[in-house]
Amino acid sequence: MLNLLNRSRWSPYVVGAGIGILSWITFGLMHKALGTSTSFVSAAGAIESLVAPDHVRANEYFVKTFLGEGKFFLDWQMMLVIGLFLGALISARLGRSYHVEKVPELWASRFGPGRARRYAAAFLGGVLVLFGARLADGCTSGHGISGGLQLAVSSWTFFISFFAAGLITAMLVYGKAGRRHAQG
Amino acid sequence: MLKADPNLWNLITGLLTGLVFGFLLQRGAVTRFRTIVGQFLWTDHTVLRTMLTAVVVGSIGVYAMHQLWDVPLHLKSATLLANALGGLIFGIGMAVLGYCPGTGVGAMGEGSRHAIFGVLGMLTGAALYAEVYPWVKATILPVGDLGKTTLAVQTGLSPWIIILVLAAAAGALFAILACRGHCSHHRAEPRLSPR
Repeated sequence: MLNLLNRSRWSPYVVGAGIGILSWITFGLMHKALGTSTSFVSAAGAIESLVAPDHVRANEYFVKTFLGEGKFFLDWQMMLVIGLFLGALISARLGRSYHVEKVPELWASRFGPGRARRYAAAFLGGVLVLFGARLADGCTSGHGISGGLQLAVSSWTFFISFFAAGLITAMLVYGKAGRRHAQG
Repeated sequence: MLKADPNLWNLITGLLTGLVFGFLLQRGAVTRFRTIVGQFLWTDHTVLRTMLTAVVVGSIGVYAMHQLWDVPLHLKSATLLANALGGLIFGIGMAVLGYCPGTGVGAMGEGSRHAIFGVLGMLTGAALYAEVYPWVKATILPVGDLGKTTLAVQTGLSPWIIILVLAAAAGALFAILACRGHCSHHRAEPRLSPR
């Protein structure tokens, strides 16, 4: 067991089974399903409320997500997202795999080592990721794992759709040279 | 304006769940740009192996608890156009960013600096969606709205049949991917050696 804790990388089957069992616990004991992207709406609304509180209070989606009756800003899922950050940090430190990455190698092989370009692309990618997740009503956790394991029609539709879009986009962006680089 | 859930149990269990989830994602290396983009380039299958294993293992326990002890499901409505369109936008963004929301937060924890810009973009994307939500609700969400439904309900099959098919399909895919890794090595080597 201690040996496993020291190993910096675990088999995807061990990790997958672990997440599956974690889902048993969240469904059975907490009456919740793993998810993360809703908390980004609460966080965005909280930040926006610093400059335009009335605008946020009047927004239907913010009310539905964290301002309305029985909804909270700091809730189970927001704590999960905070825990996720800390859990990854602890794991990386214990497994000695913490490392500062500014521009990933694969990205640099295609677009050069410039930081500004990478940071701008990451930002735009992030905009699409969360906008898409909210339109679909879930992300790789809420739909991909929690919805997938419940055999939800919504989630399997999302899964097929995002995976196909990811495959096509990556092939278009990196091409064959990128594939070779990723393999090597 | 910013309320906290007065039920402390929810906050504590949420934090613990996140700690375990983050730990697992980091150990599984899915908090890495290279792993996620590698999956989309079809050179690294860690993401598919992790997700499909989680889904199959999770489904068995959750459906067993649902049937034995009435543990409730938490289904999201099948608003098919929104699920598909949202998935497309999400997939494009994920291939460019190299993270999804959960793994992006985890990547910040393991030292990725560009993930910070990704998360800032995500917050912006969430705010943008909140602005257009009334329009989306009126025009996109009603298209193909089947309600909170499952593949079992739609096909009339037992969920256990579907779980069995899913497990078999995942097992077959894992076997094919594992074999192809070996086979391509064996095939590539003799061709390269004469030069």
